[in-house]
Amino acid sequence: MKKQTIESSPAGPRPWYDPRVRSIFFQIVAIALVAWGGWTLVDNTLSNMESRGISTGFGFLDESAGFAIIMHLVPYDATMSYGRTFWVGLTNTLLVSAMGIVAATILGFIIGVARLSNNWLVAKISLVYIEVIRNIPLLLQIFFWYFAVLSNLPSPRQSVDVGGAVFLNNRGLYLPEPLTQDGFGLVWAAIIIAIAAVAGLKIWARKRQLATGEIFPTFKVGVAILVLLPVVAYASAGQPLEWDIPALKGFNFGGGITLIPELAALWIALSLYTASFIAEIVRSGILSVSKGQTEAAKALGLPNGLSLRLVVIPQAMRVIIPPLTSQYLNLVKNSSLATAIGYPDLVAVFMGTTLNQTGQAVEVVAITMAVYLTISLLISLFMNIYNRAVAIKER
Amino acid sequence: MAESTMKPPRKTLGPIAWMRQHLFSTWYNSLLTLLVGYLIVTSVGPLLNWVFLDANFKGSEPGDCTGAGACWLFVSQRLNFFIYGFYPDELQWRVDVMFLLLAVAFVPQFIERFPGRKWLGLFGITGLPIIGYFLVPGGLLGLEPVETTKWGGLMLTLILAYIGILASLPIGILLALGRRSDMPIIRGLCVVFIEVWRAVPLITVLFMASVMLPLFLPEGMNFEKLLRALIGITLWQSAYMAEVIRGGLQAIPRGQYEAASALGLGYWKKMGLIILPQALKLVIPGIVNTFISLFKDTTLVLIIGLFDVLGTVQSTVTDPAWQNVAVEGYVFVAFCFWIFCFGISRYSQNLERKLDTGHKT
Repeated sequence: MKKQTIESSPAGPRPWYDPRVRSIFFQIVAIALVAWGGWTLVDNTLSNMESRGISTGFGFLDESAGFAIIMHLVPYDATMSYGRTFWVGLTNTLLVSAMGIVAATILGFIIGVARLSNNWLVAKISLVYIEVIRNIPLLLQIFFWYFAVLSNLPSPRQSVDVGGAVFLNNRGLYLPEPLTQDGFGLVWAAIIIAIAAVAGLKIWARKRQLATGEIFPTFKVGVAILVLLPVVAYASAGQPLEWDIPALKGFNFGGGITLIPELAALWIALSLYTASFIAEIVRSGILSVSKGQTEAAKALGLPNGLSLRLVVIPQAMRVIIPPLTSQYLNLVKNSSLATAIGYPDLVAVFMGTTLNQTGQAVEVVAITMAVYLTISLLISLFMNIYNRAVAIKER
Repeated sequence: MAESTMKPPRKTLGPIAWMRQHLFSTWYNSLLTLLVGYLIVTSVGPLLNWVFLDANFKGSEPGDCTGAGACWLFVSQRLNFFIYGFYPDELQWRVDVMFLLLAVAFVPQFIERFPGRKWLGLFGITGLPIIGYFLVPGGLLGLEPVETTKWGGLMLTLILAYIGILASLPIGILLALGRRSDMPIIRGLCVVFIEVWRAVPLITVLFMASVMLPLFLPEGMNFEKLLRALIGITLWQSAYMAEVIRGGLQAIPRGQYEAASALGLGYWKKMGLIILPQALKLVIPGIVNTFISLFKDTTLVLIIGLFDVLGTVQSTVTDPAWQNVAVEGYVFVAFCFWIFCFGISRYSQNLERKLDTGHKT
């Protein structure tokens, strides 16, 4: 009889079949490949830059830039450094992103709700809006607003005049600028006190409702406090506010606040485009709240407004927040299309003009990418915190 | 017998009842309906006039555009440029063949029960790019070479979107698998790669591809601008693709992974034969949606100086020979994109409904 050999205690698989050994081996190979690739890139880049006479390092940030920028929120002129152009570009990017996020959110929520309206006409118009706008490239929409609409506005001499204070022409929208005088601090103080008072009122009203069941009209009283207190302070301080009204000087307007057409076109296009996506998100969020919830709210005797505010919207927000975050991120990234129409955002100023003048592509591109990475991470972080606040708390 | 005090029931059928229910249910709904109706009536009329009634279709030169309406003449006169860019006239049949093959491969995908639909689709992602590789640039098999700098218009847009999506699919699959790998270093590398690309705008990627790529490469090695743009688009798109595919991988129940392992399949066989076929089927709508957004994003290449369809239009609307034709040009491009994107998104929604087997939790 042939004796069958069965290993009583297997010594484990051969090393090259052992998943742990394999995994370590593959990871070492991966690190080696990445390191080799990275080193080759760095080596090539350094030798290429040397042969082309491009200097390295971040010293260029202190050199004088020597070019003008049509719009800056931080003080800037051509004698300032390249580092300053970075700040100008960054603040302009942040400005248009913030404006776009606010407008797109408001518009998107309105259209998303209108899409579900029981008014047939309103629902269909919203559907048409969404389907048309989101299927057309954003860059085309920016071009449309900038080259086809805003540049066909009348010249400064034939400006559209709204009440002698607001002017619209092909150089931009001119608004009166409020100039705070001495004593305006009182108004600021009143505003802060009003906000604190409303917050206190809300806590007190909630406590009272929990204790007695009576509902205090927090909203109406809160609005009254927010409006009245600053107005009283403004009047008692002797109306410490003057308006700098734009006026035609020579060929263009001076004074006031100017909304340049580049900013306006970018803002309109970004808001309209992103709103069409947000509308769909809002719609699906509201639809995701099961019918039983609204019916239960009705059964409890809640009026329509309250059931929307207390039952439907809080639950819909859970579905809405995560995709809304990625739309905000998209909007910030899309604001870089500014460079196509010459709005001086980070990409146009820093990655465009500064890069062309200094030739230091590696440093400039690295800084720009790092900025977008940081903005993305920050928005995700804030939205995640908010998301955690509204997420289902299961007990 | 007392007469019933109940009113007769309201009409619930017919157009009047429909309008009462859907347009004039409450006072504010009525107000809204009237307001929106007024806006539609006052804006649609002039719009139709501009697009059709007052528009100019006939003629051959800018002077023939006389009416107050749109000057479609501009579009029809420049159509060749908008579609082929600077591609030589006598060689345009090569691009036409590709358009035709593209239509043959993908239009049947919209028609259910079309015989051999799957095989045509398979041809579309394998044979078609190979034929295109020989046919469009030329230079081989006795075809006259056409430099990529002469490519442009709609043709370039389709090439960028098509190759971008096709090349990013395998890279995206690998990245998605890497991100779900058990090996911490491979996972970390994939996470960093994906998140960095996803966080930066496509413009910076294109800038990087056109400005920095030449610096990265060894001396004497250089690519054409189009190829550099394609590399940038592919890397950027593969990060998005990886996230879409990861969604599919996560949706596959654990039992499938365990069953595959229990059968003794190794990693690649497990993924290739069991997991990926199911996961990819799940994410086809997601892939189609990424394709739509990539298709729209290809317009950005005009910023680095390539003439895609928007680029060709943008360069002609500033032509002094034609006055005030920007709107016509933009409407034409918008229409091109809208037809493609709307059609594809409808297709993807249908597919989603069809693939939904009701097993999702």
